[in-house]
Amino acid sequence: MNRTIALAVAAVIAATPLAAQDAVRIGIAAEPYPPFASRDASGTWAGWEVDVIEAVCAAAELTCEVTPTAWDGIIPSLTGGQIDAIMASMSITEERMQTIDFTDAYYRTPAVIVADASMDIEPTPDSLAGKILGVQASTTHQSYANEYFADAEIRVYQTQDAANQDLVAGRLDAIQADSIAMSDFVGSDAGACCEIKGAVADDPAILGRGVGAGVRKGDDALREALNAGIARILEDGTHAEITERYFDTSIYAE
Amino acid sequence: MTELLDALGLTQSVALLSLQPPGWGANLLRGLANSLRIAAGAFAFGLAIGLAGACGKLYGGVILRDLLAVYTTVIRAVPELVLILILYYVGTDLLNQAAAALGYGRVELSGVAAGIWVLGIVQGAYATEVLRGAIQAVPPGQLEAARAFGMPPLTVLRRVTVPAMLGHAMPGLANLWLIATKDTALLAIVGFSELTLETQQAAASTRAYFTFFLAAGALYLLVTLLSGVVFARMERWARRGQPPVGGSA
Amino acid sequence: MSIPLWRALLMPHRLAIAAVFAGLAFWCAVSLRWDWIPDYAPLAVEGLWRTLWLLGASVVLGFLLAVPIGLAQAVGPWFLAWPARIFCTVIRGTPLLLQIWFLYYGLGSLFPTIPWIRGSELWPYLRQAWPYALLALTLSFAGYEGEVMRGAFRNVARGQLEAARAFGMPRLTIFRRVWLPQAVRNVLPTLGGETVLQLKATPLVATITMVEIYAVSSRVRSDTFIVYEPLLLLALIYLGIAGVIVAIFGRIERQVPARGG
Repeated sequence: MNRTIALAVAAVIAATPLAAQDAVRIGIAAEPYPPFASRDASGTWAGWEVDVIEAVCAAAELTCEVTPTAWDGIIPSLTGGQIDAIMASMSITEERMQTIDFTDAYYRTPAVIVADASMDIEPTPDSLAGKILGVQASTTHQSYANEYFADAEIRVYQTQDAANQDLVAGRLDAIQADSIAMSDFVGSDAGACCEIKGAVADDPAILGRGVGAGVRKGDDALREALNAGIARILEDGTHAEITERYFDTSIYAE
Repeated sequence: MTELLDALGLTQSVALLSLQPPGWGANLLRGLANSLRIAAGAFAFGLAIGLAGACGKLYGGVILRDLLAVYTTVIRAVPELVLILILYYVGTDLLNQAAAALGYGRVELSGVAAGIWVLGIVQGAYATEVLRGAIQAVPPGQLEAARAFGMPPLTVLRRVTVPAMLGHAMPGLANLWLIATKDTALLAIVGFSELTLETQQAAASTRAYFTFFLAAGALYLLVTLLSGVVFARMERWARRGQPPVGGSA
Repeated sequence: MSIPLWRALLMPHRLAIAAVFAGLAFWCAVSLRWDWIPDYAPLAVEGLWRTLWLLGASVVLGFLLAVPIGLAQAVGPWFLAWPARIFCTVIRGTPLLLQIWFLYYGLGSLFPTIPWIRGSELWPYLRQAWPYALLALTLSFAGYEGEVMRGAFRNVARGQLEAARAFGMPRLTIFRRVWLPQAVRNVLPTLGGETVLQLKATPLVATITMVEIYAVSSRVRSDTFIVYEPLLLLALIYLGIAGVIVAIFGRIERQVPARGG
């Protein structure tokens, strides 16, 4: 029965083009995540991470195809075979490593709390108790907030951008997110209201050991290839060069 | 023209919606084209399932009838969003298994194809009920006459049942098509770049939430209204030669 | 139709199908992961309550709104009929997801431009997600049901209204005692189905941070990376709620005296 259905579907969709067989499909989040990956009006994806993907693939001599996938379902998409690797600012955590494998880290940044400039908020559980705190779904920030800021009212957003928007609208008192994405946000016109209140106390078990590329468990060939690519661009200065184009400081802390 | 736009404070909106970058108009239209492709594919796939399902429910054996009842009941009671998530992951799994069984490697499902598969299964359940009702509305005498002339069952279906029931089915099918176009919006949550996701991306990038949501709403409304006109004509065509129906609500 | 239910269920092929499904359920129970359930049970109960509450409130409020909308379209003067018509067309012609986002993010983007709003008494409500969710779902239900009510008001037999007028009933009494009850009875058979459709629309509010039952399942998925199990359980829960809705409306329908003739 299942096979008949599957075959019928295969027949129905035979007319629609299937992606090239041998390209490595790199999943990025379909929702804009500036300055790492966002879409411009002409429909092309651009940003620090998009450039890094290109550089890593070139260094590893892989043909890559950037495939936007809903962030909330990006791990199931990897294990289900819709994509071959995740390079979407995903932190390497113990929790995730039970399901997928990671390459070495290609950037590391702390997690920060952002709030309205006029608000007196510190990145501590005491200060955030009773406040409304926004986080993006399926992120280390969500796990961290659930663990450490349980006394705050935590609101979960599908996209980082929606959380930023609600902070500006005043529906949120604060958000917890990645420091680079946040310094980009508070530097923009839209985020002018707000400022970074400081980094949260680190907990590597939850916040992870930096951002790496996720691959299916056991897909060692791809993991090794990507690792080689990452090592190469860190070594030959490509990584630093891309970083200079977007940021003032290095975002690869040892 | 320019002065009027200035007076209404719409200059900025028009610039944002322009078809040339930095305007996002082309993105919205691309999203709309994707939505319509998925909706059309899902509608056709759903119709195929619906026709088979309706025949199964009317003429099939007891087991087939019960299984179809389970299918239509479950699909019509569970939210599309949940079904889309289940079918999206299960569908890819099934396809890969089928491909492996036939000796092919991993099959890669494009976003459009996955959308068609997922929404098609959902549409199929509703189409089954619509077509079953329509087939039952065909006067049995017509089918008996065809059978009496010795027509094989498939020819009866093709030459008599389908043409005769089309008129009855049209209003239900028009409704299904509209559901299909609107349900494509749900695929935004799975990350397909159809109209709603393109709208969200454009709105988030430019902060012009009102402009883009209104523009997308207008596009969807346009599709609905145009579809209404087309389906009304198709219903007239399908009912040609049939006695006029009375008492329509 | 005259076979009692238990006899119908005991037909051999149904027993076989039931056995297959029981086997499937058993396989699911044994070989899939369910150990996360105790951890999330309190959250799930809370989410379920929110879903039901949102469903009930939006159906009742939406129906109350649908009555004047249907009436305006059926017999209202043009300046009432046209807005009602346009409202129904817009609601039915655009995706609910877009409507929800429009209300939540669209209105939200206006807040920074209206400084006094943060000092107003409405602000504590405007900060939360549920008023927007309730508003969007209510308007949606009113849009679909308003169209149904239009037909229902029109289909009440003219003679009845004329008879009531002939008895000298005031217009409001005619509406309250004759017209409305009959129109409501006309739509009763479709109301159960419409409520199930409304149930199927509720998970969309999870996208504006409302933590209802669907959002709880997403939370399980993102916390534990278990994909199928929460979704399957969720589908089962919705199936159960839909069953209860159908049963309740079936009961109401049986208690309302059938239309004579």
